[in-house]
Amino acid sequence: MMTSSDHGASGLAAAMTFALLLLAPLAIAGLALVNAGLGRSRSAAQALLGSLAMMAATFIAFAGVGACFAGPGGSAVFTIAGKNWNWLGTGPVLLVHLDKSPIEAQLAVLFNCLAVALAALIPWGAGADRVRLVAGWLIAALLGAFVFPLLAHWVWGGGWLAQLGSNFGLGDGFLDNAGGATVHVLGGACALAVVWIAGPRRGKFPKEGLATAMPGHNAAYVLAGCMIALVGWLAFNCAGALLWLHAEPVSLVVTAINTLLAAGGALGATLVVTWVRFGKPDASLCANGWLAGLVTSSACAALLPPVAALFTGIVMGIATPLLVEFLELALSIDDPSGAVTVHFVGGLWGLVTAGVFAPQKGQLLAQLVGIAALLGVFLPVVYLLLKVLDRIVPLRVDPDGERIGMDLHELGGGAYPEFVIHRDESYR
Amino acid sequence: MKYAGLLVMPTGFFLAIAALILFPDPARRGLFVVCGLLVQVLGLVVTVRGHLLNRGETRP
Repeated sequence: MMTSSDHGASGLAAAMTFALLLLAPLAIAGLALVNAGLGRSRSAAQALLGSLAMMAATFIAFAGVGACFAGPGGSAVFTIAGKNWNWLGTGPVLLVHLDKSPIEAQLAVLFNCLAVALAALIPWGAGADRVRLVAGWLIAALLGAFVFPLLAHWVWGGGWLAQLGSNFGLGDGFLDNAGGATVHVLGGACALAVVWIAGPRRGKFPKEGLATAMPGHNAAYVLAGCMIALVGWLAFNCAGALLWLHAEPVSLVVTAINTLLAAGGALGATLVVTWVRFGKPDASLCANGWLAGLVTSSACAALLPPVAALFTGIVMGIATPLLVEFLELALSIDDPSGAVTVHFVGGLWGLVTAGVFAPQKGQLLAQLVGIAALLGVFLPVVYLLLKVLDRIVPLRVDPDGERIGMDLHELGGGAYPEFVIHRDESYR
Repeated sequence: MKYAGLLVMPTGFFLAIAALILFPDPARRGLFVVCGLLVQVLGLVVTVRGHLLNRGETRP
């Protein structure tokens, strides 16, 4: 039986979660700015309008359809070897009776709405300068309605990954602080699929010679976006700790400090690596390093001691510039925002470290099973879904549209009408 | 080739799930889950290789 002090504690946690979630959209705004800045000037307005459109699509798709698959209220369960495998939520569609649900359930819907919007911006950044607005909108709707809710149910809605602890004695089950798996690895997998299906930007990989450098058009947007994103990330990580890990409000300070240490460690490491490698620090790679540190913190900020969070960030900061270069030069992956490295690899690394540094027995194995689900189910499913979508609605703009720029082609006007726009030849 | 790689990845996932059900012993269970992940990495490598082979044809 709950005492009045229990009610007070849960009420305080709910109020804090709600207040934090009101700040979480800053992570989305920051990522949208980073994506726009890392793309070309002739696609900047389309990139930002696309981000808004993607947010709208995910909100509507998740509220209309996705929430019924994601939530814990009603579940499809099958039994294997005497264990229950809860694989899909079966709640009401269109958020019917949400107002009468417990406050935790309402906050979970709000968190998920914001999380899926953040996830949708990840493939949008990877497909910058060539993916059409309507295709991006449909990708976001697919993510919000079906793919994200399935994973969110498995991880946060009492699904089989969350039950690995009670069913198989693997620590506390698969743990994801604030979207390391559900947002970043899923979004990164989607980004990889978009990059593969849409192909590289025109002129990026000429038939002969090295890859063409296509630097982002506005480093100020990128770096300001990183600072704005920090506020949103702090809010996401603390709200996730309260909502999904049932952390005590007093533990949030360490979660916030871990977020700062992971991001700071990653930025410092990337700064040093790029300085040593190129003779000067590289602004866009440093921004990628900062975001990669934040992404690792999404998976583990509430689960690690501060020293471990710093170590996690430093390792990711060293790996980020090297991986970005490897993916582009060795694997011909044209990913303007570095989404595959930052979100996919960063998220996976955060999930692993959450298991490595956890005191519970079997936690690392739980994290590895979760990673196996992400790689074995969600990457192939997302790729095949987007491949089918590409057959129905081509992801990539036609060559003429890419030549004149996405702004003029799709919106009829550029983001910087008074500026001279560089043509492809200027990159050679 | 890339589709073959994408099909190998769920195989690794099922290997990890089978390990949970079949082996109560933590060491053997862990070993099989790691094997499942290695199978997935193999599938990813095959998928990447498939895309690299196609890149000459698809370069705009």
